[in-house]
Amino acid sequence: MHRITEKRLLAPRVYLMKVEAPRIAVKRKAGQFVILRVSERGERFPLTIADSDPAAGTITIVFQVVGKSTRDLSMLDVGDAILDVVGPLGRPTHVERFGRVVCIGGGVGIAPVYPIVRAMKEAGNHVTSLISARSRDLLILEEEIARYSDVLVVATDDGSKGFKGFPTDILRQMLEEGQKVDLVVAVGPVPLMRAACKVTAPHRIPTVVSLNPIMVDGTGMCGGCRVTVGGQTKFVCVDGPEFDGHQVDFDLLAKRLRTYEEMERISLERASQEECRLEPVIRAIQREDTTP
Amino acid sequence: MSETTKTSSRAARVPMREQPPEERIRNFREVPLGYTPDEARAEASRCLQCKNPPCVKGCPVEVKIPQFIRKIREGDFIAAGRILFEDNGLPAICGRVCPQETQCEKLCVLGKKSEPVAIGRLERFAADYTREHGREPLQPAKPTGKRVAVVGSGPAGLTCAADLARLGHEVTIFEAFHRPGGVLVYGIPEFRLPKDIVHAEVERLKRLGVKIVLNAVIGKWATVDELLNEEGFDAVFIGTGAGLPVFLGIPGENLGGVYSANEYLTRSNLMRAYDWPNYDTPIVRGRHVAVIGGGNVAMDSARTARRLGAERVYLVYRRSRQEMPARVEEVHHAEEEGIEFMFLTNPVEFLGDERGKVRAMRCQRMELGEPDESGRRRPVPIPGSEFELEVDTVIVAIGNMPNPLIPSTTPDLETARKGTIIADPETGQTSKPRVFAGGDIVTGAATVIEAMGAGKRAARAIHRLLTGGDPTRTE
Repeated sequence: MHRITEKRLLAPRVYLMKVEAPRIAVKRKAGQFVILRVSERGERFPLTIADSDPAAGTITIVFQVVGKSTRDLSMLDVGDAILDVVGPLGRPTHVERFGRVVCIGGGVGIAPVYPIVRAMKEAGNHVTSLISARSRDLLILEEEIARYSDVLVVATDDGSKGFKGFPTDILRQMLEEGQKVDLVVAVGPVPLMRAACKVTAPHRIPTVVSLNPIMVDGTGMCGGCRVTVGGQTKFVCVDGPEFDGHQVDFDLLAKRLRTYEEMERISLERASQEECRLEPVIRAIQREDTTP
Repeated sequence: MSETTKTSSRAARVPMREQPPEERIRNFREVPLGYTPDEARAEASRCLQCKNPPCVKGCPVEVKIPQFIRKIREGDFIAAGRILFEDNGLPAICGRVCPQETQCEKLCVLGKKSEPVAIGRLERFAADYTREHGREPLQPAKPTGKRVAVVGSGPAGLTCAADLARLGHEVTIFEAFHRPGGVLVYGIPEFRLPKDIVHAEVERLKRLGVKIVLNAVIGKWATVDELLNEEGFDAVFIGTGAGLPVFLGIPGENLGGVYSANEYLTRSNLMRAYDWPNYDTPIVRGRHVAVIGGGNVAMDSARTARRLGAERVYLVYRRSRQEMPARVEEVHHAEEEGIEFMFLTNPVEFLGDERGKVRAMRCQRMELGEPDESGRRRPVPIPGSEFELEVDTVIVAIGNMPNPLIPSTTPDLETARKGTIIADPETGQTSKPRVFAGGDIVTGAATVIEAMGAGKRAARAIHRLLTGGDPTRTE
């Protein structure tokens, strides 16, 4: 069992949790992830390790509530425990002194890009971070990213903070201005990663993307997370999660991510209805508890 | 018992009752229902009690077959169970999933003229009886103070752990999943091996003092070297199985609705997707399902698809019925359940719809040519024979490669070309001192009992090493 030692709401529906996992906290490296299972009837799902505190024996995860499993996770509080935490899984980010590195994080993808920003900076790179969200209240980890970035540019879709538009627009501008970029790392929704690769391809700038497909075991056993990279089948859990973005078949990845769309919707609806039915009962119990 | 009754009862084996096909395709409960004590005694009385029993030579762990059967005949079922446990740590499981027809039963003298003794069914009976009547068969020995790490809790790991614990060593099993049992829980379906039985075996191991650490992916969470040097284990046994699914390498293989058998079965068995939405893990419930392959895993997949409500389930195999590696019993059960076998048929492409989901499979007909290196006749495509089969789910069950997580993180562990760990077949000793391996990670995909045999032999060698003997010596 893995106790939650801290819980913060970073943005609407986006949570940060610190979770006890002493061994993972020591072993994990930038780019690696864990697989979680919240309860006995729960499913297994992957989350990137955003940070860790080896001394405290905790890892940090950041997630957005998108379905039943993340909803269940969000309902746990400090002191509660997550049933299963497996990791650290996947290959660490390839970190070396590349020169000038641009790290792009979109939406909740800012969390997984954070440890990469930090590792790149600590390896002596000049790091430009481009982080974005739909609007300013959805922007997360700005301070943390700023701490390890030489340049930080914030973008919002609606212009409520920073540049109005996509981070890839900024990247395009940088490249058109002739700025030298040795490596681009893009993490976030599929359209963002695809767009980043489109921008860098004509400039032949190596572009690393971190993929987050559906997974079951996370050890190469099931192949559910397979993607097509350069015409070859790769397992994201053991061959990735990071790949040469110019080789990734994003279209297929996006389609595979929608395999269980309908079932996921039903699961979430059912859970929400359950909660609605229970709510009056819980309120009644609470009233009784407080009645002298 | 008089000679005449013996002879008269030897003609045919006592049948085992089963759930009827039309009923069982609507549930996940076990198909064969087991012998009653009377049925078991009747079947046991068919055994000739050979002085030089050939059946024992067919058993990878050399169970004392005539002796345990004799005890069943005498009605001393607990004693029968005790004899089984002396050589086999998991008899309730072996009685169900061993391919007896190619092992012990194949060599049974009775089989020459009529049907061999139903050794597997008797093993199942005695093991179940012993478990249900709560008799702890064996007590652990005096503690030796030696510690062994067992990596993987499948058949090889469980057997190795049980034997070492019985010899007094302190054993810790590291399992990557959240439940112990390996292929016995994620792979083999409930209808063929009830999970309660695996659970009972694991609990028995715990009573022997074996510790089980779940969610521990060795190679990631800790390496083999860390187990030896930092965690203070005196020896390590690697029994991680063949956990890397092989795909066909044809176009469209990554479409939605195309599964490896490992994923399909893990979702259904371990994650209980068959009980969605009561359990959260989803699975595509196809109407027209194609399973590619001809082994037991293919049969398990096809029969699972049927139980998940598929109207038509095709089993597509590129060779003919004779070459199918699946057990006869499993093929028979699949046929009873309406699985449609398409022999000499090979998929060449999967076709998707606009949403990226598989909608059809292009196949070609095959004919058998010259024998290949496996001795089986090689299937050769018939030109112009291509046709399309409408399917909305495909399960690829053409085998597994060894999982590379441990070999790739253990520098001085030698592997063969296909990624299997090189280990002495008699002792399990690898190229790395104090590290042993057995089961599918060494042999490539094989059977439960062969993995158990390897776990057993490794346990003996580890015991010799830990008690100051020579681990390379075989008895």
